[in-house]
Amino acid sequence: MSAPVLVGYFDSEEKVLDATRAVREAGFTLHDVYTPYAVHGLDEAMGLKSSRLTWVCFGAGLTGGSLALALELYTSVVSWPLNVGGKPFNSFPAFVPVAFELTVLFAALITVASFLGRVKLFPGSRRVALPRVTDDRFAIAVQPREAAGDGAAAEEMLRRHGAVETARMEVAS
Amino acid sequence: MSNQHLSPLRVPLVSEARSLGQLTEEICAPMERPPTWRWWAAFAVAVSILGTGAGIVAYQVGTGIGVWGLNKTVGWAFDITNFVFWVGIGHAGTLISAILFLFRQKWRTSINRAAEAMTLFAVMCAALFPVIHMGRPWLAFWVLPYPNSRGSLWVNFRSPLLWDVFAISTYFTVSAVFWYVGLIPDLATVRDRAKAGLRKALFKVLSLGWTGSHRTWSRYETLYLLLAGLATPLVLSVHTIVSMDFATSVIPGWHTTIFPPYFVAGAVFSGFAMVLTLMIITRVVLGYEHLITIRHLENMTKVIIVTGGLVSLAYGTEVFVAWYSGNPYERFAFLNRAFGPYAWAYWTMVTCNVVSPHLFWFKKIRTSPAAIFVLSLVINVGMWFERFVIIVTSLHRDFLPSSWSMYTPTAVEAGTFIGTFGLFFTLFLLFVRVLPIISIGEVKSVLGFARDAHADAAATTGPRKPAHAPAESLPAAAPALALATRKDVPV
Repeated sequence: MSAPVLVGYFDSEEKVLDATRAVREAGFTLHDVYTPYAVHGLDEAMGLKSSRLTWVCFGAGLTGGSLALALELYTSVVSWPLNVGGKPFNSFPAFVPVAFELTVLFAALITVASFLGRVKLFPGSRRVALPRVTDDRFAIAVQPREAAGDGAAAEEMLRRHGAVETARMEVAS
Repeated sequence: MSNQHLSPLRVPLVSEARSLGQLTEEICAPMERPPTWRWWAAFAVAVSILGTGAGIVAYQVGTGIGVWGLNKTVGWAFDITNFVFWVGIGHAGTLISAILFLFRQKWRTSINRAAEAMTLFAVMCAALFPVIHMGRPWLAFWVLPYPNSRGSLWVNFRSPLLWDVFAISTYFTVSAVFWYVGLIPDLATVRDRAKAGLRKALFKVLSLGWTGSHRTWSRYETLYLLLAGLATPLVLSVHTIVSMDFATSVIPGWHTTIFPPYFVAGAVFSGFAMVLTLMIITRVVLGYEHLITIRHLENMTKVIIVTGGLVSLAYGTEVFVAWYSGNPYERFAFLNRAFGPYAWAYWTMVTCNVVSPHLFWFKKIRTSPAAIFVLSLVINVGMWFERFVIIVTSLHRDFLPSSWSMYTPTAVEAGTFIGTFGLFFTLFLLFVRVLPIISIGEVKSVLGFARDAHADAAATTGPRKPAHAPAESLPAAAPALALATRKDVPV
């Protein structure tokens, strides 16, 4: 749990995009934005960097493919070379399908696991969503600066950009 | 209702104006009310078929697969036909969820969840057949490469049947993960609507603590794109590998390089037909005609025209190559298909797969759910016969006339096949009851993909409305319903 933040609720995508830009322009610290669906354009509005999951995925795929080829080579050439219809022990073309499948399998599972780890999603999580943000509300959580009256200024700004409600509360990081 | 998506050229994806709250209500409603008598009736039928099928499977496992109609010549028939048939059915789900996603086909949002579920259930049905065919299913783990106590004996990685094991299990795992990842935000929606109790607790665990944070959404979008990118070659590889079970052999009629693309096209063809069969029933029973619109059905029929054309082209190419190759065995295999003892199966296949999809060129047929429903069944029958024709007609008369024979499935085989339909529909009916069958988050994001009635009017009379229109620009009555009925929440 972090320090209390100011939460402003909105009822449409445009308003929340607008307000997010305004929050950053005014120099407030944007804690997070909560939306019922992935709002396009919000990444830029929030100034988020693009995810590095693609690299994780690439590495995981490479690992899966290498492990599969290593396993196939070890079992078919080293551990138990078996003559099947006179085919070569190291029948590389025949090893491609299994290597491909394991590449995809490793890439998919490891990427999903990394995603869940990075965003701290796990069974038994006690985090609770803000009211209605998984339904039809959009919410912006702002951390006002320490200066006196700054909270009021932030609230006023959210209202000006169409917030239907504001509240001070603690939200999970 | 994002004006950024408004365009005078776009036809709405969701045909009736809905607010975000209304959509949540509608999609969650079937899960939150008690099942109707129709659901119970359908479920009772499905479960009885499943039970009968399970009994038949128990009988053949206990007795041995000698109860099948196989013989020395046709040693591989009904079960592999059904295996390929079910795997093919599964393909449309991944195609809709992954390939159409990569092509930015927003219309997929209303149907992808159910289609992916269909994929999972179809792959389960498919996987049953090779396992039963083993005769001793309890030894099925022998197909896995693991250090074992039988000497350093490993699986044969050069066998296409082992490739199948990897292809099908990877396909099932990745499809299941893809499906679950897509479900997480919707599970959170259901969780937040549920009153305290078992449902709340269950969805709390399943939704993994999803809060709708955009930092999470942003990464989630990347993850979803990656999974779609991985699933796309995967779905093509699976049926390619299934086709290699045949293509790597030397049997005339099987030893064909066209098989991989031909099988993939056929899989998409039959898969879309099955999605249509299910969606046409579902949209009527659950009242989702405005979410799964005629346009969705029409788009799928267009995919069927294309894949049906590809399948027809493949049939033609096969016949042409059989003649042009000058290989007498190959030529005989195709003459035997068309005019031999299984000609009825061949011509059923041609009628259903080559002729019937062309009815979809007519807009009237393409937009009539009843006609689409009938044709989707016809195509499913045709695609089942395609696999039967490829497998049985190629085997029953190969190089040596002295070993020629006929094959007829026994009641046990037919019962097993029908039993898998019981499994499929039982799982689908349960799915309709316990999970949101339409992706709530994704449909919400395409709600605004529409022509704006106000903008249409304004375009002729004056300037467009400002970008940040007041709430009146929402569909009439929508916010009123959403807000008036929600007194339990503070906003």
